[in-house]
Amino acid sequence: MGVELFLQYIAAGVTYGIIYAIVAIGFNIIYNTTGIINFAQGEFVMLGSMIAISLHGVMPLLPSIVLASVVTMFIGALIEVLFIRWLKSPTVLRMIIITIGLSILIRELALSIWGEGVRALPYFTGNEVSSVEIGMIRISPQVLWVVGVCLFMVAVLQGFFHFTLLGRKMRACAANPVAARLCGINTKNMVTLSFMLSALIGAVAGCVVSPITYSQYNMGTGLAIKGFTVAILGGLGNSLAALGGGIVLGILESFSVWFMPSAYKDAISIAILLVILFVRPSGLFGSKERMALKEF
Amino acid sequence: MRVISRVFLLLFLTVFLVTPVMASDTIKIGAILSVTGPASFLGAPEANTLKMLVDEINSKGGIKGKKIELIIKDSSASPEKAISFAKQLIEEERVFAIIGPSTSGETLKIKSICEKGRTICISCAAAERIVNPVARYVFKTPQKDSFAARKIFMQMKKMGIKRIGVVVGNTGFGKAGKAQLEKLAPEYGIDIVISEVYDKRATDLTALVTKLKAKGVEAVVNWSIVPAQSIIAKNMRQIGFNVPLFQSHGFGNIKYVRAAGAAAEGIIFPAGRLLVAEELPDNHPQKPVLLKYKRDYEARYKEEVSTFGGHAYDALMILVEAIKKAGTDREKVRDAIENLKGFVGTGGIFNFSPKDHNGLDIDSFEMLTVRNGKFVLLEK
Repeated sequence: MGVELFLQYIAAGVTYGIIYAIVAIGFNIIYNTTGIINFAQGEFVMLGSMIAISLHGVMPLLPSIVLASVVTMFIGALIEVLFIRWLKSPTVLRMIIITIGLSILIRELALSIWGEGVRALPYFTGNEVSSVEIGMIRISPQVLWVVGVCLFMVAVLQGFFHFTLLGRKMRACAANPVAARLCGINTKNMVTLSFMLSALIGAVAGCVVSPITYSQYNMGTGLAIKGFTVAILGGLGNSLAALGGGIVLGILESFSVWFMPSAYKDAISIAILLVILFVRPSGLFGSKERMALKEF
Repeated sequence: MRVISRVFLLLFLTVFLVTPVMASDTIKIGAILSVTGPASFLGAPEANTLKMLVDEINSKGGIKGKKIELIIKDSSASPEKAISFAKQLIEEERVFAIIGPSTSGETLKIKSICEKGRTICISCAAAERIVNPVARYVFKTPQKDSFAARKIFMQMKKMGIKRIGVVVGNTGFGKAGKAQLEKLAPEYGIDIVISEVYDKRATDLTALVTKLKAKGVEAVVNWSIVPAQSIIAKNMRQIGFNVPLFQSHGFGNIKYVRAAGAAAEGIIFPAGRLLVAEELPDNHPQKPVLLKYKRDYEARYKEEVSTFGGHAYDALMILVEAIKKAGTDREKVRDAIENLKGFVGTGGIFNFSPKDHNGLDIDSFEMLTVRNGKFVLLEK
């Protein structure tokens, strides 16, 4: 395999990987505040891109993406307020089942609103055939958008969690909900906020990938599985680990095409998920001690 | 148990054969189409076409005074659903004939059911195996895969292409196409350097096209009926891989061209003449049929016609033609279809025979290309 080919595979892998990582980070934010896996995370990605595509019919690209992200964020809040907040005994299992139900509900609603057609936002710069030459490889400018926007979101999230009071409150809830409550933090509001945040980043990710992967009512399921794999691979709850896990999985997937039929690409990620769950349930970058403290 | 079930089967068959099929004054025609689901781009225009034609026929007084009663079942491209609908249509509804299914996978699953139920089935799916080996009651209207493959190879020969890469989606259509391409390539002196199957839900094929590029192929053939047809075109151009891209006859829907945008330009594929009806010379026998169907469909549904709806048009019109000739006896109608010659449809001019339940020859395909976002004849 030549250097050029090697780099081209790396580029393709990083593109997939970053998308998976964003979905995984969405999982992590909610997991940290509630201890549950929100299986409707993929649906946030779908809603973001579908709403943006519909809005793009009446307004320019940027406002439609911003508005779609905000709308999706409020849908996230609404879901939490309607289905999670008032639960009297919010056991982890119960909440997980609720999110699975919600993901099916959202998907079916999307099907009846938008139908089955495949849609897409236009390319942000250039068009379907434009490509940028970087060193020895050629990629679509949209790939740069995906990588740029996603890395930007990760950086902003890191800043938010480490340097703002609100972010620290959310981390406090994640570390120890009871102690956080004793310190006067309204944990319920933090849970709502976590749903809003993960809906927001999911929606933005959905918009930037839409030109590349197209959007369809059922695009969320596949992304959720990949995102979940990445979250487990990196170690649940850690956003930077999710980024690392995402890029590892993306690159593995893209190189797998070289060695075996590409129809097995998805089998790779499931196989990795199983191996990690058996061998190292705390993930590549997670610690066993931290895992032991978690309910799930 | 087996004996009892055999007896029942025998009893059932006798009742079936002895009872006059048409007791009422309507002709019941069943249709199993993927109106929703992953193959809705096939099934939806097919269902629309059937509704439009049946309305038109009934408003003119039906066939020989009998109106058509159309029962459309939506299988959403699931072979399991197609099987249960086929049984329901044959055993409960006792339909005169079945039109569809839309996909090859489904048709192959219900082939034997129609055979046992002695019910005429005119499939709208492409795979050659539907009519080869010939099943007595099973016909199909789309052109055979092998003709599409031959047309592609003939074009490649003209362009001096020798080393190619083949990629297909993992559907019944894709796999059947891969088999045909691999079988026929040596005849045309073409070397398939690499042959790959991708997941039908794939959303990005950059890694796959990178592999093709590394193999140094002179052209790529993609054989699928899924949105990946547009994705592969985009991904190839994005990594700067500019060899000719050939697609199968599954590309015959302008929506794929729109989805691929600028990347669709120059894609070469075989298709029936429906997509280029206006461009045909005025003396072409298919031109009036194609133009009428196209105008009627587009006026009624406000969307562009696709070759897939045309397959349903051909299926129903062939059946109607045979009923006009042979009355409403199912066996006679079956014979009439088998002996139908020179029937002008949207897919081509059909000449059925006991050995050929498709009836189209290789000339029913034209090579088309995409220019300025529109389908045009490649050579003109």
